[in-house]
Amino acid sequence: MSRIRSRAKAFAAVALAAAMAVGCSAGSSSGPAAATGTQDSVDAALKAGGSITYWSWTPSAKDQVAAFEKEYPNVKVNYVNAGTNKDEYTKLQNAIKAGSGAPDVAQIEYYALPQFALTDALVDLNSYGFGSFEKDYSASTWAQVKNGNGVYGLPQDSGPMALFYNKEVFDKNAIAVPKTWEEYVAAAKKLHAADPTKYITSDTGDPGFALSMIWQAGGHPFGVDGRNVKVNFADAGTKKWTAMWDQLIQGKLLAPVKEWSDDWFRALGDGTISSLVTGAWMPGNFISSVPGGSGKWAVAPMPTYDGQQAVTAENGGSTQSVLKQSTNPALAAAFVRWLNHAGGVQPFIKSGGFPSTTADLTSPAFVDEAAPYFGGQKINQVLTQASKDVAPGWTYLPYQTYANSVFSDTAGKAYLNGTGLDAGLAAWQQSIVDYGNQQGFTVSAG
Amino acid sequence: MATLSVTRPKKSRTLTAVMALYLLYTLVPLAWLVINATKTQASLFSTSGLSFGGPFALFDNIAQTFTYNNGIFFRWLGNTLLYVVVGAGGATILATAAGYGLAKYRFPGRRAVFAVVLGAVAVPATALAVPTFLMFSKLGLTNTPLAIIIPSLISPFGLYLIWVYAADAIPDELLEAARIDGAGEFRIFLTVTLRQLVPGIVTVALFTVVQTWNNYFLPLIMLSEPKWYPLTVGLNQWSAQANGAGAQPIFNLVLTGSLLTIIPLVLAFLLMQRFWQSGLSAGSVKQ
Repeated sequence: MSRIRSRAKAFAAVALAAAMAVGCSAGSSSGPAAATGTQDSVDAALKAGGSITYWSWTPSAKDQVAAFEKEYPNVKVNYVNAGTNKDEYTKLQNAIKAGSGAPDVAQIEYYALPQFALTDALVDLNSYGFGSFEKDYSASTWAQVKNGNGVYGLPQDSGPMALFYNKEVFDKNAIAVPKTWEEYVAAAKKLHAADPTKYITSDTGDPGFALSMIWQAGGHPFGVDGRNVKVNFADAGTKKWTAMWDQLIQGKLLAPVKEWSDDWFRALGDGTISSLVTGAWMPGNFISSVPGGSGKWAVAPMPTYDGQQAVTAENGGSTQSVLKQSTNPALAAAFVRWLNHAGGVQPFIKSGGFPSTTADLTSPAFVDEAAPYFGGQKINQVLTQASKDVAPGWTYLPYQTYANSVFSDTAGKAYLNGTGLDAGLAAWQQSIVDYGNQQGFTVSAG
Repeated sequence: MATLSVTRPKKSRTLTAVMALYLLYTLVPLAWLVINATKTQASLFSTSGLSFGGPFALFDNIAQTFTYNNGIFFRWLGNTLLYVVVGAGGATILATAAGYGLAKYRFPGRRAVFAVVLGAVAVPATALAVPTFLMFSKLGLTNTPLAIIIPSLISPFGLYLIWVYAADAIPDELLEAARIDGAGEFRIFLTVTLRQLVPGIVTVALFTVVQTWNNYFLPLIMLSEPKWYPLTVGLNQWSAQANGAGAQPIFNLVLTGSLLTIIPLVLAFLLMQRFWQSGLSAGSVKQ
């Protein structure tokens, strides 16, 4: 009861600011040009104080909230870990449908953001003038929080992809670090032939990984224009990836180990899995969860198809967004601004996250830091370069979380039976098209 | 009953082999759980799944499970107990009263109730979760214990079971005799009927307890604050910590927590199976 009342009070205190914000966001939906408000209302809300609820599962959230409350003692942040990715999205979706129960601020992964932005569940942060932060973030992450002319969050972490490899296993089997995918496939064959207990990598069918790989290969399977969606897993880029990855699947060159399981961590430590192509956020996981691999692992740029032009893709990464249901959106926006544009960034980096803020991506302290786990290698030089080499122009589906949830039922069969990724992706495409049309989108294939 | 059979059943090798396989199939996961709950996180990653290895860390794991994250496991255990005692207990009482009423009293609309109950048995709880959420959200009950307890109170299957059981187990003559002796209907229910129904009630209690104890999807949808989670959802949250950027796997605590979670259920089965067995055979012999 008292919380509700204090919320109401806080709301009244910034009623003016909130009213301004509502006015602005209403303007943004009618005009074609991006509406730009100012940050004054956000500053006023911070000064007025109040309380907000924040849903997140990021390990640094607790420390960040504590640091924020220390800096702004009149703001109370009710931090709730409402579940990890899909679980949280289910709850958010339900709360949005029910019209109440959503938090003020929520962590949302980039792939899921369009879904919430499109259903008008999120506040366009342009209404607080956050559009002017564009220059402060890497181009690839800013592109992820933008949807149309709206800015629906400030980027937190980014995951430009790189090749993590077990130097010890590579050296022992006389394998050079592959620069092209052709070399990578050759290395997979050579390694498994020399030592049948070892595999180049593992992949039991992860939709996020598959899409990142298609992204890097230059594929554009999804085209989204309002409620019109095009799905095409038969473009040249996608085919480039499937032709390459099929060789690993059908040659049984992938370790049969489920990602993120105890077996997987074990396999990373004992060399069973000797390389990973994954996001730049991986080093923290190596340090905390794969102690056995210390001193053995190293980082190299992601292999490419031509071996000439460096190109990579994003894998994973989250943003924090303000929900339209928030009774104090200006204060919520202030929290998001602090989280990903001010004091919240350092605790995030310290917990092993990989930033998306250009200031940190170019600061010598970050770039030239030697990582003891990786034998003293300055891994951030590779990883920050990767963040500049992300292929532009990628789009996710406006219902990507559903699509990902049916990946294993469709494309996943290709991994199990070795029936070819093209057929698997065609099945995935079919279910994506069907579901989208049922949901009121106009979805066409090809 | 065994004494009634005249010929000893023939031994079947095939059947024995199948049962042995089934036993293995049932026990191996349990053995795996027990074995791995004794390992530290590090030795989980370095030893094979079905052999002991590394330091014996069971007690250390238990201590950690109870203290991790300010002892949230205790809170989840308490929540689960609350949901089970109030939810499953309430469901048993309601099912007993309603089942008995439907079996022994004639009133208009009885057939309709029968149809509704049978229909309700057929609808999976998962399909009802989201509509229930929307309804509870309108009532302002989401994210409270009531959101878990109220749906748990309804057990159409339990009601049906008691109904069928009461129809057979309680002779109408008994009720009539009690009425002639001047007992009111409520007193008959408490002093005469309940005792007759014990095997049925225990069976229903066991079903609803197991169902509520293992309830996962409903709390997952209804609750957003970890402080109201039952063990199932809480343990899944611990398990999910191993995923993605900044992962903090605590597999040893997930395993130990799971082991601790099934102990009360095993105890409940051991204590109640006596009643349960006699409950299952009810109606098989002409009285």
